Amino acid sequence: MNIITNPLFLQFLVGITIGLGAGYLGSFMILKRMSLVGDAISHVALPGIAVALIFKINPFLGAFAALLLAVVAIWFLEKKTNLPSETLVGIFFALSLAVGILITPQPELLEALFGDITKIGPFDALITLVLTVIMFLVMFKIHRGLTLSVISKELAQSMGVNVSKSSFLFLLLIALVVALGLKVVGVFLMGALVIVPAAAAKNISISLGDFIKLSAFFGGISALGGILLANYLNLHPGPIVVLTSGAIFLLTLLFKK
Amino acid sequence: MSGEPILTVENLGVKFDNNEVLRGLNFFIQKEDVLAIVGPNGAGKSVLLRALLGLVPYSGKINWAPGIKIGYVPQKFNIDKDLPLSVEEFFKFKEKKLEKIISALKSVGITDEHHIEHHILKQRLGWLSGGQIQRILIAWSIIDNPDVLLFDEPTAGIDVGGEETIYNLLKKLKDERGFTVLLISHDLNIVYKYANSVICVNKEMVCHGEPNTVLDPASLAKLYGGETSFYKHEHNH
Repeated sequence: MNIITNPLFLQFLVGITIGLGAGYLGSFMILKRMSLVGDAISHVALPGIAVALIFKINPFLGAFAALLLAVVAIWFLEKKTNLPSETLVGIFFALSLAVGILITPQPELLEALFGDITKIGPFDALITLVLTVIMFLVMFKIHRGLTLSVISKELAQSMGVNVSKSSFLFLLLIALVVALGLKVVGVFLMGALVIVPAAAAKNISISLGDFIKLSAFFGGISALGGILLANYLNLHPGPIVVLTSGAIFLLTLLFKK
Repeated sequence: MSGEPILTVENLGVKFDNNEVLRGLNFFIQKEDVLAIVGPNGAGKSVLLRALLGLVPYSGKINWAPGIKIGYVPQKFNIDKDLPLSVEEFFKFKEKKLEKIISALKSVGITDEHHIEHHILKQRLGWLSGGQIQRILIAWSIIDNPDVLLFDEPTAGIDVGGEETIYNLLKKLKDERGFTVLLISHDLNIVYKYANSVICVNKEMVCHGEPNTVLDPASLAKLYGGETSFYKHEHNH
């Protein structure tokens, strides 16, 4: 069988790519104290997936469109109102999950909620690779400004960083990676795949460089280990991937700096 | 005072959503001045510095002399103990050359090169003491040899003894490098000791001139809304 259409190869390729990307972005989400944003916005993907399934278009597109709407809404709330965005975000996203559960066609509901990487095709793999590379390229451009603005928004601005623009780009990238990751771990667990590897990396890093690299590495390893284990035990890969990252987190606690 | 103005401010006003924060400010600074900005909490002092940096929209005129390079130490910075960022990485956001970083650290009084290379640079920024972080921020802001340093005094986190040495340090740096300093201070003793010029701000300009002349009980009462006890307290130290 051609390796490009080999299901296991595709699972590893997509899983590891997403793991690396989610871990990498997650490190910046932790820096920006946005740990729960991934969790909250991934829920919004569900109605998007549902609408895409109903109209028979690629669910990734539906999910991404819904996530785009969500991040624009978050960005707008952050910028324009002084309302406690936590509360609004919580309400808005729980509601969209409820709507999504109602309108997602029953046979696909479980897959949407928990992902199913075993059904990945060559085209999905290609989209994942290309978009993840784009995500990394954009991050290389904006990561300095993002980190500086964590320390002090004014300091970053005084260095010529457009804080509002880089925050918005960052949210877009989160939407992108979350949409891509839904195939792997689904709506419910995507938030964990973004945060757990990064939280583990933070336990044992002193420097930013170590933190980011380890975070991406733990994400990739979680995906690799999780898919291997799930195949071996004949279990659903999504939850096993997340549990693998959880195991790494527990291990790093022993060596916490 | 001699020399040409390095900054001229005319009729400066700042509004946030129809809420007037500053209005009708006029002042200038000459080269190598130390200008202190004083005023009660919420008087718009930090906003004034941000306006001078062009970070907030304003009305009126802010004219810096051509080609002026500005260094800035903000009041608020968020450096937690658990922020994974080493001192070296923090400097490298601005300057890649190690020898320049080391020389900036030396000029803020962290002089032992072995200590810098092995203990300071590889350390998490958030693990340093408040006073050390302040020194690091000053080193960071002067690493590219600014002509003017804008220093917004932190309201918390630094003990009084530490505060005193930070101002000694600023004065030493100013004397060595001949830059101009604009500082916000809550402590009038600091102003008397280090500034040659002061502006009192409470939304508008309450006084402007040399500290010993303009900081009289009447203008302080006006500035702090009659809380002259604050003024007296500061002098009893």
